[in-house]
Amino acid sequence: MKGKLVASIEEAIRLCGLKDGMTVSFHHHLRDGDQVLPMVMAKIEELGFHDITVSASSIHGSHGCLADMIKSKVVTGIDTNFIHKCVGTTISEGYLETPAIFRTHGNRPHALATGEAHIDIAFIAASAADCQGNMNGVDGPSAFGPMGYAFADAQFADKVVVITDYLVDYPLTPISIDERYVDYVVKVDSIGDTSGIASGITTISKDPIGLKIAKTAVQVFENSGYFEDGFVYQTGGGRTSLATTKFLKEAMDRRGVHGACILGGINGLFIDLLEQGYFNKIVDTQCFDLKAVESLKNDVRHQEIACGHYADMCAKSCVAAHLTTVMLGATEIDTEFNVNIHTDSNGLIMGGSGGHTDIAYGAKLTVIVTPLLRQRRAAVLDRVGTKSTMGDTIDVLVTQRGIAVNPKHQGLRERLLDAGLPVKDIHELRKMARDLTGEPKPVAFTDKVVAKVYGYDGKLNDVIYQSKG
Amino acid sequence: MFCNQNFIDEQVNVIMKIKKEASAGTATKNDALITISPRDGEGIEVELKSIVKVQFGDQLIAAAKGMAQEMGVTSALIKIEDKGALDYVIRARVEAAVLRAQGGADE
Repeated sequence: MKGKLVASIEEAIRLCGLKDGMTVSFHHHLRDGDQVLPMVMAKIEELGFHDITVSASSIHGSHGCLADMIKSKVVTGIDTNFIHKCVGTTISEGYLETPAIFRTHGNRPHALATGEAHIDIAFIAASAADCQGNMNGVDGPSAFGPMGYAFADAQFADKVVVITDYLVDYPLTPISIDERYVDYVVKVDSIGDTSGIASGITTISKDPIGLKIAKTAVQVFENSGYFEDGFVYQTGGGRTSLATTKFLKEAMDRRGVHGACILGGINGLFIDLLEQGYFNKIVDTQCFDLKAVESLKNDVRHQEIACGHYADMCAKSCVAAHLTTVMLGATEIDTEFNVNIHTDSNGLIMGGSGGHTDIAYGAKLTVIVTPLLRQRRAAVLDRVGTKSTMGDTIDVLVTQRGIAVNPKHQGLRERLLDAGLPVKDIHELRKMARDLTGEPKPVAFTDKVVAKVYGYDGKLNDVIYQSKG
Repeated sequence: MFCNQNFIDEQVNVIMKIKKEASAGTATKNDALITISPRDGEGIEVELKSIVKVQFGDQLIAAAKGMAQEMGVTSALIKIEDKGALDYVIRARVEAAVLRAQGGADE
């Protein structure tokens, strides 16, 4: 059966009717190992197209080719949830024709559903597919786990091309995204290097400061009043956030508390907690390592979900809205608890919300874990470079020099003080950082907007200006 | 070892000559690699490479220069490869480099 198979990416591009000015989309489940975006974009460039908008759930370290394509105007628009610095710097320097659009993981599918964002052609990497386009991410040599971010692209793009390196007889099982949405299927030699899935973010911190922060963060949860049977847990992908897992397990042993569910961003540490009976279920949009991929494939308690189901705060409900607590990182946090995860201390784009902004809003207790300073850069400031996640959704800040509680939670503050935790005013932490680093000279910007940052609700949180360099 | 505060206080009015190239510190996070070498003519010249040059360049140069001057150095080239060190780290690394440049501390 030939089904929807076509001979090449070039043929798929031609059959889909790509034109200058159109939007093409990609997901980032292969993270730093992804070869599908570079492969397709190279072909689009080779075929002479211009003025293309790239809608990608995230732009990673393997997507550096976009920087040159932005400079040559092959790419003139970016719509995404995260931009690695290899492309972010180019955007901050002002090369992108239109401001980059930053959405959140949860709001991207909502924007696609309402038509606020539109995709002409979605190119979806699948680690296994059949000739009609049924696909999953758990089979084949390049298995990467759930296909959470690709569901909305498949549903709402005008044309859908599945790109796989593992073609199986019809019908593929299990199916993540089904053939109803698919126009064409292309078989390539490789969709990516799965060792890139774990790129840099899944090893437990050995840094004593990170461990101290992680331990304190779990003590905050333990004494917050929310630590009870049936809690729902998530952490960000940063090292300190991940290290909380180790201390959480100790706290659960100590207090005999049992969890309902881990949400993620899932890695092997969470799989251990599931297998050892600490939690009943794992609900997963994205795997951070291959142990998690194995678990998703083999354990029915580990459930794949679409990104909108994960964190679309405009939906009737979503899993992130049921979170009890979440441990998240921050590049900067200000005295109003606003968090920056988009720009570095030079004001250059190097990240994005991902799900940060959604789950900070969704969780009952949102804890930010960050060292007071990193390499002379204060993490606690008077004003963050970019408002990625608004301060009214942040409850507690944990640093190695003390904890600050959002003033809107006086009760929580009292409970943490009663537990003997080092609660301070956030201005005090801000002063401590400043006393160590000295007063920084401000970074200079032009008045050109290079990116717009939208929140979990689709409202504009902030804009990012061109760096004067 | 004579790397202590008394040594510096006693030497403060004495000219400290940089006899050879010497370095201290590491080019790793929160530290800096300081290399000091002899220079023709008077004055302390500082070459700075730093990940926070825009924000803290002036302070880093002032910390390095200040420490060298306090030790009685009047002529030297100081190269700083900074990875976000705080002032007290810069000062300690400069102190060690200056002492090593005397040819005694490490040998």
